[in-house]
Amino acid sequence: MRIDFTVNGRPREADDVWEGESLLYVLRERLGLPGSKNACEQGECGSCTVRLDGVPVCSCLVAAGQVQGREVVTVEGLADLAGQRSRGAVARPGEDTGLSPLQQAFLDAGAVQCGFCTPGLLVAADEMLERHPDPSDADIREALSGNLCRCTGYEKIMDAVRLAAARRAERG
Amino acid sequence: MDFLRPAGWEEALAAKAEHPAAVPIAGGTDVMVEINFDHRRPEYLMDLNRVGDLYEWEVGEDAVRLGACVPYARIMEHLRAELPGLALASHTVASPQIRNRGGVGGNLGTASPAGDAHPALLAAGAEVEAESVRGARRIPIDAFYTGVKRNALAPDELIRAVHVKKADGPQQYSKVGTRNAMVIAVCAFGLALHPETRTVRTGIGSAAPTPVRARAAEEFLNAALEEGGLWDNGKAVVPSLAQRFADLCAAACDPIDDVRGTAGYRRHAVGVMARRTLTWTWESYRGARRTTEGAA
Repeated sequence: MRIDFTVNGRPREADDVWEGESLLYVLRERLGLPGSKNACEQGECGSCTVRLDGVPVCSCLVAAGQVQGREVVTVEGLADLAGQRSRGAVARPGEDTGLSPLQQAFLDAGAVQCGFCTPGLLVAADEMLERHPDPSDADIREALSGNLCRCTGYEKIMDAVRLAAARRAERG
Repeated sequence: MDFLRPAGWEEALAAKAEHPAAVPIAGGTDVMVEINFDHRRPEYLMDLNRVGDLYEWEVGEDAVRLGACVPYARIMEHLRAELPGLALASHTVASPQIRNRGGVGGNLGTASPAGDAHPALLAAGAEVEAESVRGARRIPIDAFYTGVKRNALAPDELIRAVHVKKADGPQQYSKVGTRNAMVIAVCAFGLALHPETRTVRTGIGSAAPTPVRARAAEEFLNAALEEGGLWDNGKAVVPSLAQRFADLCAAACDPIDDVRGTAGYRRHAVGVMARRTLTWTWESYRGARRTTEGAA
């Protein structure tokens, strides 16, 4: 079957999609967006987290056919999304927006080790910061409770999210 | 495999009548796992995401009509006052990502003994609104679970909504797992005080082939509370009473040994949860009584 939907602000289509295929598979294997990681395939690890109509979900548990006509944001779209939020404008396709402030904070805080869980954590944390610009530690832990990291022990990840929130507060 | 995409409820019923083997998919948190792991290859997948009214709820006089696909995240956010037990249970479901997709209809459709919503539904009192092209019916929650991952639905029926009684007293929910997030219940327990009818209802999860109520424990407690005049005098539940209730709840279990825990552990843990949830809810009931009566 054929699926038309919006990915990171751009209309995309995927052909010859198998009916039992997951959104994750479509993103990685058909649209060339390997940022969302494929690990547990059962919604336990969060490394495939994307936003579906704004809501964080495990893309491995969304059937491809369910996203017809809907909007998906992946880790590849976070920089554009951050740009839109700060400028209130849509980035031009192809414009190099670099890293989002949250991605930069992950680098600066040393929150990335093997990196496999990072995309999911970024998408989940980014959405949480939209809702809670000044999050408590409990807010952060709750929002990231569905994302497993086996390297960091989470402390650096907590630091990174706090850093991103603090930098945004400074900028006003 | 065929992917069915009904645009509305009537269309979904017609599709289910034509293809009774069609597997409904909403949040996908059960169905997609089975497909990803090659445990299931349904002939038809039927997407319910487009059936808008399945995502709505109505708060009525006595009950909440909860659309089958209302995600757990919405229940936690919007129905904490009306359905406190179910809201607490919802918060123990997996992770934010899963709670954004999964809902009670799927929990009922899967009918796993470990489903998080079941003990809360049993304790609160609920009816499942099932429908097919032949008509609609309400299935009492006590008659809904018929075996391990089996329920009372006919092959052509779909779950449209769940009617859950609004809380008329304190409710609690407790779940044992190896950590707080992302955990399937080793066992779980729901308890609801119903001061209007002077009854207590319970629900036990993951400690029998189906979710069950601890009926003997409820009857014992109902009689003891009545006999002692506790609903009126607001006295505390003495430890011996709580312990007897806990023992009867443990006795209502019919658990198995599995990778998550032993049968003995499950019985023990259900007893502990029964005692604790009774104490929490009863103390809350007494506190509310004191507040409403204005006494110190």
